[in-house]
Amino acid sequence: MSLATPTTKIALRLNLSRDDLLMRGGLVVLAGVLLLIVGLPLWALLAKGFQDRDGQFVGLANYISYFSTPALFNSALNSFHVAAVCTAIVVPLSFLYAYALTRTCLPAKWLFQGISLIPIFAPSLLPGLALIYLFGNQGFFKGLIGGSIYGFDGIVIAQVFYCFPHATMIMVTALATADARLYEAADALGASKIRVFFTVTLPGAKYGLISAALVVFTLVITDFGIAKVIGGNFNVLATDVYKQVIGQQNFSMGAVVGMVLLVPAALAFVVDRLVQRKQVALLTARAVPLIPKPKFGRDLFFTAFCALVSAGILVILGMAAWGSLIKYWPYNLSLTLANYAFANFDANGWESYFNSLRMAAGTAIVGTALMFVGAWLNEKTRGFGAVRAVVQLLAFLPMAVPGIVLGLGYIFFFNALNNPLNFLYATMAILVINTVAHFYTVGHLTATTALKQIDPEFESVSASLKVPIWKTFGRVTTPICLPSILDIAIYLFVNAMTTVSSVIFLYAPDTKLASVAAVNIEEAGTTAAAAALCLVIVVTSAAVKALHLLADRFLLGRLQAWRRR
Amino acid sequence: MGKTTILRRVLLAGATALAATGFATSAWAQKTKLTVYTAIENEQLEPFKKAFEADNPTIEIAWVRDSTGVMTAKLVAEKDNPRADVIWGLAASSIGLMAGMGMIEPYTPAFASQLKPMFRSGKTPDTWVGMDAFLAVVCFNTAEAAKGNKPKPTSWADLTKPDYKDSIVMPNPASSGTGYLTVAGWLTIMGEDAGWKFMDALHQNVAQYLHSGSAPCVQAAKGERLIGIGFDMRGASEKTKGAPLDLIVPKEGLGWEMEATAIVKGTKNLEAAKKLADWASSLKANELYGKYYAIVANPNVKAAPPNYPVDGERLMAKVDVDWMAKNRERILAEWTKRYDGKSAPKAK
Repeated sequence: MSLATPTTKIALRLNLSRDDLLMRGGLVVLAGVLLLIVGLPLWALLAKGFQDRDGQFVGLANYISYFSTPALFNSALNSFHVAAVCTAIVVPLSFLYAYALTRTCLPAKWLFQGISLIPIFAPSLLPGLALIYLFGNQGFFKGLIGGSIYGFDGIVIAQVFYCFPHATMIMVTALATADARLYEAADALGASKIRVFFTVTLPGAKYGLISAALVVFTLVITDFGIAKVIGGNFNVLATDVYKQVIGQQNFSMGAVVGMVLLVPAALAFVVDRLVQRKQVALLTARAVPLIPKPKFGRDLFFTAFCALVSAGILVILGMAAWGSLIKYWPYNLSLTLANYAFANFDANGWESYFNSLRMAAGTAIVGTALMFVGAWLNEKTRGFGAVRAVVQLLAFLPMAVPGIVLGLGYIFFFNALNNPLNFLYATMAILVINTVAHFYTVGHLTATTALKQIDPEFESVSASLKVPIWKTFGRVTTPICLPSILDIAIYLFVNAMTTVSSVIFLYAPDTKLASVAAVNIEEAGTTAAAAALCLVIVVTSAAVKALHLLADRFLLGRLQAWRRR
Repeated sequence: MGKTTILRRVLLAGATALAATGFATSAWAQKTKLTVYTAIENEQLEPFKKAFEADNPTIEIAWVRDSTGVMTAKLVAEKDNPRADVIWGLAASSIGLMAGMGMIEPYTPAFASQLKPMFRSGKTPDTWVGMDAFLAVVCFNTAEAAKGNKPKPTSWADLTKPDYKDSIVMPNPASSGTGYLTVAGWLTIMGEDAGWKFMDALHQNVAQYLHSGSAPCVQAAKGERLIGIGFDMRGASEKTKGAPLDLIVPKEGLGWEMEATAIVKGTKNLEAAKKLADWASSLKANELYGKYYAIVANPNVKAAPPNYPVDGERLMAKVDVDWMAKNRERILAEWTKRYDGKSAPKAK
């Protein structure tokens, strides 16, 4: 490009079609929106890291004082340690599970798929409570683990439960898009099964494996809920943020730790870019989907494996369900439904549940539209690299930001006197916007993955037929991507039902959420009622997911017929 | 000149008409809605609201309730554009912090003079007025003690005995206000040197430092731990629900904190806010507080909520609130260095 003369530059500019201009305009608007809902609120808090408590600029003084505290090094080390261990457990586990779902003839596949999703429906309070019922000092199986559940072991078990569906979803996507022709060729050439696995299967899933590892690592690093309930004295960076912000109202130091927490995300961003550059489209227009053939030994092994993992998930859920019916753990184990009369434990009663439903529905609708259109603009706009990189970066940030940091940032930014948007503060709208921003990354990645699967030939053909690009978007791209669009909507819905750490700062008298109420109820000592509320959330999300599966079957039948050979 | 006068007259007339309709609607239809930030317990929200609104039918309370830490962080973060009208039921130390930042509207409520002096801010006019006090007591699980044949402690010194190895939980003062008042209480009663020595010894028996002031007594109530040092009212309510729990007030004395009321500077409903502050200091309100807390601001209220320790008020440490606020960072840094930094998991 450096060799280009001014004349060619002008010529290039003139070549921009109306479509190009439209998309570039859209991209600028998207970048602006992301800046408003992610960039500026985050900066509003992180900037405090360079100020003292009275708001005077102090340069790096806070960073120096934080880094000279031995406790920090300890927390950072603990955070990386626990995240690395969880990643090392979850990635292989989810790979095998996803492999079973996509590449073997597993009986009752839909059931195993459904069970694998359960943890994502549950507030992170739930595994913590269930583990205490199971392995706590009064737990049924406390003899099984040599030592205390509070601390490293507890965090790892709960995090594995909590991260498993996230990783499995990514792995299923990665393994589902295989080209049968590659396997047919390998078979014809007489390659051994192990060789096929290492030269065809693994390289094909490489991008999925790395994304899953990055997602699990950042989820563990930023999650605070599990560390708080079951972490014992095991300090991690996320509990440090809590101590500074909630314990001492020291926003400057909270901002410093928040900034440290962004490091893994920045690394993830760089790694992702490097990997993506090398990723070649697996599914060309000529690919043939792989349909597994029955094979007794393999199918038996994977059925047993999936049954074991599912049993683990169901035991945790079942324990919480049973716990929600107990009168007074552990001294009065008779059962009651009284714990479901939420008005006795929280002044808002069931009202906060309906608020959650409204908020989740709003997040699903607004978020899906923004994320899908945004990913499409970012993927299909030609050139304009700088703005696309900004969008990509802003889309990646939220995954790495602890909710406490984002929530406080929202107060500082949206409650500022000179912000024309401050009328949004203390409304349902701000909860929706905040949740969309908080879960932007995964929705954006899902949409991008789906769009990458579509052969760019569609756009070229449309362009040569002089069809405006937004018509191609409406008539070709969106229908093809409908399953992924529904996936994003469901993902947003279930996460909005369970999110706590960010919205806890933003709800108003009439917009309290069920997930926040569950935390408050647990704090007040009514563990059983908290478990009950968690369970109501799980059942709601599971019901919505079931509806989704039905819709998917219907839509897949009508709109996705082209996928079949 | 003539034109401006006409214009001015028209404008004036319009403004008067607008004002008239405004007055009219506010006079007979609109209730004043007060946004009240609080950290009182969930079960208190409805009774408090109903009792106040019964006496003040033109005012409606809209609660925002969360834990003390979350509410304080939220209030401080909203400093430049406050959303709350009144704070009713938040730790006095938190309100003191905000008063220092110029966030509180000074106002001495109508019945403030009837209250115990300790329950007032000491400023004229008052920045805050206390409601009730809570203590950091010892919650002792009698069922677990019987199983392990553990003696019942009566003093702080008892808690350092090897009997209680790894069986005590207390709030981490860096994440919980209750934790800090506990530590500050020890330093006040025992003096700095002896206080830190006591905590060194106690550390050997502490299984875990928790992130909330309620959690220790809840864990003790559920037999998860033998002993919890924490928020008294939580222990009493667990006992009422059937927990085999004894609430012990150690004989050396103990740290405490009070819940207080204050008006947020910049409120658009100052008159209504003053009415709430007046009511919150009244005898009637104090009788209501007395249903939940043993120690309330009005000396004429004989409060005896169920399962509450009796001699708490007598043993309250002479804590200097200003000293507590000024030395907070130093004490937390020292505490963290001694006990938090080395709490990594034991190698297996």
